Amino acid sequence: MSGRLLRLAVIGTAAGAFSALFGVGGGTVIVPLLILWLAYEDREATGTSLAAIVVIAALAAGAHGLYGNVDPLAALLIGTPAIGGVLAGTALQQQLPERFVSGAFAVLLVVSAVVLVLS
Amino acid sequence: MEAADLIGLLVIGLAAGVVSGLVGVGGGVLFVPAIVLFLDETQVRAEATSLLAMVLVAAVGAYRQGGYGNLRLRDGLIVGLLSPVGVGVGTVVANEVPERTLQIAFAAVQLFFAYRLARRALRPPEAAPTET
Repeated sequence: MSGRLLRLAVIGTAAGAFSALFGVGGGTVIVPLLILWLAYEDREATGTSLAAIVVIAALAAGAHGLYGNVDPLAALLIGTPAIGGVLAGTALQQQLPERFVSGAFAVLLVVSAVVLVLS
Repeated sequence: MEAADLIGLLVIGLAAGVVSGLVGVGGGVLFVPAIVLFLDETQVRAEATSLLAMVLVAAVGAYRQGGYGNLRLRDGLIVGLLSPVGVGVGTVVANEVPERTLQIAFAAVQLFFAYRLARRALRPPEAAPTET
């Protein structure tokens, strides 16, 4: 197994573990690790993280679906405006400085850490 | 469902999508409380339902980033497919280590990442040395 493949495997495992432990989406783990550990450019890290989230969320939703806990109509009601939002967000990201994602994530992670410790 | 609930869903859904597209997260942090508040679901059902909404949003976002040349699909699939291993690891760890210890450890990791990312953001790309 190449070093790069091993790192990707570790990132996937970490994303799954942190989402199981803290209920945070994998993205908060995947994006920083792709940037800091695999030398991804910021935008590439976000696009690749979203692809990973499709798989992670689909597997988890499938597992929850077996217990009848998924409400597809509710998912559509919140998901439809969110699809509009993600189209706008990805388009806007292309106009922002290249290192915007790193800066935004630095703030987001500090807030998340504070919430975690105070909770 | 009342009009106020519908407006709430629209606003929070839109905001979650924008954040998802901007920084590459799923948006569950916003979806779950919105589903609880505006659609009267229990916490467990809201979390499960949020995952399905995340599939839709992340798929559209990843597809668009592919169009912009910002997607390494193979890497993303490897990370995604390995996540169930992590869920197993996480479940075992949760039963062995006190929750408070885990929270503080994860917060420390997040602060370390934040420091590294802030340094990266404040340094212009052309002056940046090769990342290791």
